[in-house]
Amino acid sequence: MNAAPPAPPAEPVVRMSGIGKSFLGVRVLHGVDLELYPGRVHALVGENGAGKSTLMKVLAGVHPADEGTVELDGGPVSFEHPVQAQRAGVATVFQEFNLLPERTVAENVFLGREIRGRFGAVDARAMERATAALLADLDLVGIEPWARVRSLSVAQQQVVEIVKALSHDARVISMDEPTAALAESEVEVLYRIIARLLERGVAVLYVSHRMREIFDLATRITVLKDGRLVDTVDAAGTRPADLVRMMVGRPVSAVFPDPLEPTGDHHGDVRLEVAGGGNSRLDDISFEVRGGEIVGLAGLQGSGRTEIAHALFGIERFTRGGVRVDGRRVDPRSPRTAIRAGLVLVSEDRKTQGLALNQSVLANARLVLDAVWPFGSGARAARLPGVLSCLELVARGGDTQEVRYLSGGNQQKVVLAKWLATEPGVMVLDEPTRGIDVGAKQAVYRLMRELAAQGVAIVLISSELPELIGMSDRLVVLADGRVAGELPGGSGEEEVMALATGSTAEPAGPGVEDPRITAAAADHSDDPRHEEAAP
Amino acid sequence: MTETPARRSAPPALPSALGRGGTATVLLILVLIFVVIATQNPSFFQGPPLMAFAKKAAPLVILAVGQYLVIVSGEFDLSVGSLVGAQVVIAARLIDGEEGMTLPVIVLMLAFGVLVGLVNGLVTTFLGVPSIITTLGMMLVLFGAVRFWTGGAPTGSLSEAFRVPGRGGIEDLPFLGQLPWAALIALALTVGAVFLMRSPFGRSLMATGDNDVAAAFSGVRVRRVRILAFVGSALMATVAAILIGGYAGVTAQVGQGLEFTAITAVVLGGVVLGGGRGTVVAAALGALTVEALFTLFNQLYLPSTIQPSVQGLIIIAAVAYAARRGDLRPPGRPRRRPDHEPEREPGTPRR
Repeated sequence: MNAAPPAPPAEPVVRMSGIGKSFLGVRVLHGVDLELYPGRVHALVGENGAGKSTLMKVLAGVHPADEGTVELDGGPVSFEHPVQAQRAGVATVFQEFNLLPERTVAENVFLGREIRGRFGAVDARAMERATAALLADLDLVGIEPWARVRSLSVAQQQVVEIVKALSHDARVISMDEPTAALAESEVEVLYRIIARLLERGVAVLYVSHRMREIFDLATRITVLKDGRLVDTVDAAGTRPADLVRMMVGRPVSAVFPDPLEPTGDHHGDVRLEVAGGGNSRLDDISFEVRGGEIVGLAGLQGSGRTEIAHALFGIERFTRGGVRVDGRRVDPRSPRTAIRAGLVLVSEDRKTQGLALNQSVLANARLVLDAVWPFGSGARAARLPGVLSCLELVARGGDTQEVRYLSGGNQQKVVLAKWLATEPGVMVLDEPTRGIDVGAKQAVYRLMRELAAQGVAIVLISSELPELIGMSDRLVVLADGRVAGELPGGSGEEEVMALATGSTAEPAGPGVEDPRITAAAADHSDDPRHEEAAP
Repeated sequence: MTETPARRSAPPALPSALGRGGTATVLLILVLIFVVIATQNPSFFQGPPLMAFAKKAAPLVILAVGQYLVIVSGEFDLSVGSLVGAQVVIAARLIDGEEGMTLPVIVLMLAFGVLVGLVNGLVTTFLGVPSIITTLGMMLVLFGAVRFWTGGAPTGSLSEAFRVPGRGGIEDLPFLGQLPWAALIALALTVGAVFLMRSPFGRSLMATGDNDVAAAFSGVRVRRVRILAFVGSALMATVAAILIGGYAGVTAQVGQGLEFTAITAVVLGGVVLGGGRGTVVAAALGALTVEALFTLFNQLYLPSTIQPSVQGLIIIAAVAYAARRGDLRPPGRPRRRPDHEPEREPGTPRR
């Protein structure tokens, strides 16, 4: 996509100028300008709360602007409703999909303007043919127009949203963090679709937190901060670090902080040991994590990363093999037993698994203490204010604020505080930086380093490979519910993906069938357990 | 940037608190009804009538507090009305006028209450039957069983000692006249529930009602907590039965419809159906408000047959008000990643 023609197309298809918007007297956008050109991806970046989504919604007709003008092909337009915008060729793929799960793909694509046959009855066949044609146009296989949306993966559902937009002959498509829920391999599919859209001259507005995607796709980048336009720059000639500085308004020293000097006990002790763990989705999972170590679990979506986290945390138990925490054998039958053993999980989905959204910051932060140590939770709870202030949690309304009013980054800090209050020995972090802004991500990274320095054993799961590689001392790569191999931290993304997708050339040595053995042996030849784990 | 600024801004402070559907709102409504009552009947605030009101309202307050425990955990208890009826009939039949039987029978009633609560809780949590169905079934089972046992009409009679909590009180106080035991018991149980909700158990209960998956992931024994809420509700119903039996005596209709009156009270107090929000005090004030409304209807000579209709309107209006304020959960389910969609969460096979 960097191969896009260098000459700028003459006229923007969308020109937004001086856009201002307030909600309940709070100004969230101040005179923002934005131009979208046909056949180009324009990235919109900024911290959470910078006004990206609001600007998108103004364009989509969800919120009319209070001031400023929106021009489409040079003529002023004012969308009062998303349907109006759609009809005019401005489509939006929101983070939360607007699909009906029990309807078919075709029915969803033509929702509200069904193709009618004789006697005004809905002509399902015609809609399916039209949908199939749209899918074929994008070179998409594997999605049947008559499939129920419920049966599709998240990535496929997103494709349906895009197809729905195209069926309106959209000339402008905005996407709000389209890769947030996608696995690495699915992102490739999205890239391909976007390339096809650009060929057709569609203008794409792309909102994302992920630097790599922004620089892969966009020709121009607009940075927002606190509802104001910071700058619009060419992607070529801009470095990620420049962008981050513009977003946060201060330089972010390094993307991933360096490890700290050890301060606590347990350094080098094996704190988590999994030997031959397996259940219906996992097989022969063996690895160990030492105090002070950050071990990344890498692998494609569905490779078993989250399943391992859940098995360790007693949600979907291992039916085979054993787990030891600090040398003691534990059988995590429930989160409670895991917590009591000193093993905690920061689960991947804050809102559904991590927080009671209507409760206060303090109630959430002390929930684990209340639940697991109901008698004598007082002494532990006394530490909470310290933990919360350590995390630089800035909540208007203080500790009694309900967490649903907090930003994603602050919500994640509440989740972390909840677990830190238990003083765990082993922390499993499943997608700890998903959907939080750059500043909060840095805070999470620094916290991980600090915990490691204090001797906590950390297991990190992340779909963002750069993060996983940058933060981990060691990577355990998974494929199809098995350990495919281990790599040292700082390995190249290609090596990790090769192991994860099983696309490595078979190791040359005779009798060595399993790439895991070579990979593990290369790294930890002094560790006998890996030989034991070999078949 | 997934939330709009409107959602992120801090909740408004006191001035608008009166309209927010919480404790302050229901208190305002209660005061308004009292004012109207006073204009109709100026002697209402002269102690004895007020105490009579407190005595009459006490059982509903207790039932509302019990119902609160269940609702805040994300469930319903429709069986309390039938349970009150069953307990009164059991008391009359087993005591049969013998003073010496009073205490043993009360102990037996409490045990029966625990049993009913346990069955409600176990069926709901372990068999995965939605509580609205479990307790609806329990309501019918108790109703039928009592009629079967008594052959249609209650037999026996209550002892004098049994009737003291519902009727008696501290006598001959200046201004007040009699300070009813019932009011004191309701007050004590309400205060107890307030402290319970501030305890680790209460906070676990609240978190369970708000998000049972997150609660289970935090080490809360979700099933146990919910079962205890049902037991609490059934015990409260038992205490209410003792007061109602003492106050009104034994009839075949005793307790009928009380579950809905209790839910009306709780909802009017701004306790959100679905769990996780609202306070004990608001539920208790809701009960006083409903009772005050009925008192007002009496004064206006409205037939008591209109009461169910009014309750129905209150329930709809209160929940609609909460929905408009965005307190209810959005109908859509949160998006899940496909690789662990069909997951069974510990302790929470439903929802």
